[in-house]
Amino acid sequence: MNGFLALLYKELLRFWKVAVQTVVAPVVTALLYLLIFSHVLESHIEVYPGVSYTQFLVPGLVMMSMLQNAFSNSSSSLIQSKLTGNIVFVLLPPLSYLQFFGAYLIAAIVRGLVVGLGVWVVTLGFGMPTVPHLGWLLAFSLLACGLMGALGTMAGIWAEKYDQLAAFQNFLILPLTFLSGVFYSIHSLPAFWQGVSHWNPVFYMIDGFRYAFLGQSDIAPGFGLLVVAGSFVAISALSLLMLKSGYKLRH
Amino acid sequence: MTLAHPAISVRDLCKRFRATQALDGVSLDIQPGEFFGLLGPNGAGKTTLISILAGLTRADSGHAAIMGHDVVRDYRQARRALGVVPQELVYDPFFNVRETLRIQSGYFGLRHNDGWIDEIMHHLDLTPHADKNTQNLSGGMKRRLLVAQALVHKPPVIVLDEPTAGVDVDLRRSLWEFISRLNREGHTILLTTHYLEEAQALCGRIAMLKAGRVVACDTTRNLLHHANEHCAALRLASVPPAAWAARLQALPDGGWRFNFSDFSELESLLAGVRTAGGQVTEMQLLEADLEDVFTDIMKRT
Repeated sequence: MNGFLALLYKELLRFWKVAVQTVVAPVVTALLYLLIFSHVLESHIEVYPGVSYTQFLVPGLVMMSMLQNAFSNSSSSLIQSKLTGNIVFVLLPPLSYLQFFGAYLIAAIVRGLVVGLGVWVVTLGFGMPTVPHLGWLLAFSLLACGLMGALGTMAGIWAEKYDQLAAFQNFLILPLTFLSGVFYSIHSLPAFWQGVSHWNPVFYMIDGFRYAFLGQSDIAPGFGLLVVAGSFVAISALSLLMLKSGYKLRH
Repeated sequence: MTLAHPAISVRDLCKRFRATQALDGVSLDIQPGEFFGLLGPNGAGKTTLISILAGLTRADSGHAAIMGHDVVRDYRQARRALGVVPQELVYDPFFNVRETLRIQSGYFGLRHNDGWIDEIMHHLDLTPHADKNTQNLSGGMKRRLLVAQALVHKPPVIVLDEPTAGVDVDLRRSLWEFISRLNREGHTILLTTHYLEEAQALCGRIAMLKAGRVVACDTTRNLLHHANEHCAALRLASVPPAAWAARLQALPDGGWRFNFSDFSELESLLAGVRTAGGQVTEMQLLEADLEDVFTDIMKRT
């Protein structure tokens, strides 16, 4: 087993051992959102012609859950290891910064996908159509979870306390995901806020992922994927630079 | 002809943390098979030096190498050759003892390592706790697990950073038996400790650090030999003569301590006591121990 596989295995085992908290809980949360919002809004809103509000909402919820969980996987693993001091176990062995990054990234993607799959399965009962565009679905989920996993790695390395990580989550991740059109189409927004939304990479993730389910979206999926892929590359590069320099890990 | 590399080689290491110069030009060579002690007061730079060897800290200048592999340029080879037992009692609460050791082996690219894992667990009395979550281990057991983790890849060089701090007598003894055995089998050991009697008993050679500099580095025997002070504990029938009062320190048991560098001084003291009409009722020569040497060196430098 090379060092990278061992670290990946450890990261996967870590979240799997507490699956109630890392997988079941987010699925339940998403289900609650769905029950409440679809109950209240189902009869009032039709975003796309011929698409019910619930059908519109489900893909957004699946993607939102994937994003949040991919982010928390890498970020909470790193901050816990740093605060408890057991980060030395991975700093002492001959692991390169690329292996280090790759293991945290892939574990975050796997956690995101497992949660996403869970949310999708429990929402099947709400009359979702089968997925017509599997390719887009995979491309958007992988890149979006990757982006959040890389961002989580950055946040986990940067934060020195839990409240710093919480601030990152509450003031960056949460607004970006909630203001990305999970619960509405940005076309329903005033022109100014539509413009603002176009600077939010999460908007493209939700929109493209929705396209994979519904075949309809606000933005052409190809362009969306390009934005998401670009953001993924940029955040990964930053995260790799941090790891390479030993920022906050090797003094 | 190829010369064998030192197990640990350190050249002109400097490291500054904001206002403090943690290391100020440290050079050391530790040969393969040595049991080497690194002593010094808190903040002398011991842990910084170890962190640089382990790649946890980067030096501002100078070089360090493990078995000839530079710890920065050739870090993979250097880390493969090094096992570090960290000072803090750290553990990963997600895993049990066996999982922890398997995962740690994996980080070094070792897949089928169960034979060796069983062996180190056996020697460290961890076998009965193999399936216990690390969270539920006692402090002593956590310390043993840290030692086991440092050994999973059979490193030729083992660094122990104050491994017996806060450890009970039994564990300390069994730990030293095990470490001494590893040393006899050819592993190089670098040890930092605050227990000087421990260093005196175990280490063949000792370096003393103070404020980031090496202030002494010699075999333990030479260090003890060169202690330039001797010491006697005396009991007197009456108060000491006034001429000698300044040289004698009162001991809590009512006796007196006399430090001297030449035995003629002791003779003069005894003569002085006799001429003043006093009497020595008891006398004991105290052999210099590492603590005296340590205190002396720390005072002089």
